[in-house]
Amino acid sequence: MNILITGLITGSMLALLAIGFSLIFGVARIVNIAHTAFYMIAAYTIYFLSAKLGVSPFWAMLIAVAVVVALGLLAYRFLIDPIREHEAAVLIATIALAMIMQEAMLLIFTGDYLTVSALIQGFFVVGGVKVFHQQVLTFVVVLIILAALWLLLMKTNLGLAIRSTAEDREVANLMGMNESRLAMITMAISVALAGLTGAVIVPLAVVSPFMWMEPLIIMMAVVVLGGLGSIKGSFVAAYILGFTEALVVFLIPKGAFLKGSVALSIMILVLLLRPEGLFGVSFEEER
Amino acid sequence: MTMISPAVQLKRLVTLVRTEVLVLPSRVIVAMFVLALLGLPLVSQNPYLIRVIILTSVFAILAASWDLLSGFTGQMNFGHALFFGMGAYTSALLNIHFAIPPWGSVPMGALAAVLTGLIVGIPCLRLRGTYLALTTMAFPIILMGIVFALPDLTGGELGISGLQRLSNSLVGNYYIYVVTMLVLSAVMWKITDSHTGIIFHAIREDELAVRASGINTTRYKLMAFCLSGFFAGISGGMYAHYMRIAGPSTLEVSMSFSVVIWAVFGGLATIYGPIAAVFVLFPFLEFVRFWPEYRTMIFAVVVLLILLYMPEGIVHWARDKMEKECPRCKIRNVATRKSCRVCTALLD
Repeated sequence: MNILITGLITGSMLALLAIGFSLIFGVARIVNIAHTAFYMIAAYTIYFLSAKLGVSPFWAMLIAVAVVVALGLLAYRFLIDPIREHEAAVLIATIALAMIMQEAMLLIFTGDYLTVSALIQGFFVVGGVKVFHQQVLTFVVVLIILAALWLLLMKTNLGLAIRSTAEDREVANLMGMNESRLAMITMAISVALAGLTGAVIVPLAVVSPFMWMEPLIIMMAVVVLGGLGSIKGSFVAAYILGFTEALVVFLIPKGAFLKGSVALSIMILVLLLRPEGLFGVSFEEER
Repeated sequence: MTMISPAVQLKRLVTLVRTEVLVLPSRVIVAMFVLALLGLPLVSQNPYLIRVIILTSVFAILAASWDLLSGFTGQMNFGHALFFGMGAYTSALLNIHFAIPPWGSVPMGALAAVLTGLIVGIPCLRLRGTYLALTTMAFPIILMGIVFALPDLTGGELGISGLQRLSNSLVGNYYIYVVTMLVLSAVMWKITDSHTGIIFHAIREDELAVRASGINTTRYKLMAFCLSGFFAGISGGMYAHYMRIAGPSTLEVSMSFSVVIWAVFGGLATIYGPIAAVFVLFPFLEFVRFWPEYRTMIFAVVVLLILLYMPEGIVHWARDKMEKECPRCKIRNVATRKSCRVCTALLD
């Protein structure tokens, strides 16, 4: 039961992060290493607003998402956009960005571990295991966000534009889509997803300046495993890896050290059989 | 075979220096850099300065080895710490448990890194671009998990400490590291300049075309993985023996990231670019240790700002400022010249 709950929560978190990451990669070919750093910023903003200023947690979460989106757009406009043709440079720029955010948080809030109180208190018992209401809430909110995102991508004009740009940038551009504006909007959506992840997960996690490192790796594993640019793939892969981690932690002695290793080994094994990931379509080679 | 008298040889050398080195500012800078490095202990034997330069040399080898793999063949490797850590841990284990002196353990560590290069390379060859970058990032983390799970053998979080140094004297150590760095860099540069290097470069530009020319690209990519692993393994072993400890920090994600930062900052596919970048950035990082809490922040901001203005890396930027290429014979000239030094064509 514990395994099931931990798996669902980790999986949901990874799904949100991974989808955001693969959206911006799909549309603008940006590998945004700072993606999980935005998630960290959201967590800190919520901590600051709710624990220091006494804002109610719900509003704190909304403000945090807005702050993160603003930061993301600023970073995109001034740091990433000017050097977009140089793929390697963009990569380094986002790494540097993540480092700057980490250091800024370290300076402002010191390296102490912080916690945020849950939105709703209390728990109920299923099969002899405590299930906190907050955990249920997190899971439900994640599902709602994912459903909303699915509607946005599949049913609206904007979603159509995003998907077609992801498929073929040049043709989408020829069809009259403003590629750079679209990249901007996608960046906003992607960063908002990172912010939302931070918002829903923060009552269950420990807030620290280094909290972005670990999910970053697993998130990338999810994205690769599911197939770059495939939302469904990211979703399935997130739960596969989430449950794997939970299983390893609970069933193997010293599992906490090995959880990353096992999850990543699974990713590599799958890639050996299907180099384009579980649901990825093998792209026509870009030349 | 006739003997050439020393005087004639000397004269030839002087002519070579005058016609090939002194004509280009970039070559003069490289020559002066080598001389300054070799002459430094004669001027100052400040232990701190020597230590910084030794570590800089170690990381220069590492950054250059990344460039050999990722810069030249375009196989973005985000887990270069794997080779570094593998070299460090192997040579540390051999040194501690089997009492093999550093002269033996460092090359063995490098061989272990070559082996990991093979093991990692074979599955990775099926992947391309971003898939490859993200997958390679996983390997050092897997190894780190294993290190933490076997604390009896690897010392867990504390690492393996108490290794022998390569040499016990300060200056002796300095010369060993600096000369190794210079020699290995020259070897790497020669490799990239050779037939193999041209194929590496071609793979990056257009793998399909290379394959169509009847070249087994898989073999060359695997070779790049092994070569790069070899040099990175040497630098890992040397690092372990200098710090006298091999710990999990050698496998961290930030280590892999630093390597990428150095190489891209310096300029890809040059070998000397990453080396220059390490020699700029690493001492710079030491210099800002006066404000320890701002150190990483300053580092990141500097990297970001420089990338905004020179996205190709500092070496390419500096070369384009100081020199220009002759439009007719493609030979480089000082920017101040009006006509090409070889074919006398007008430079624009």
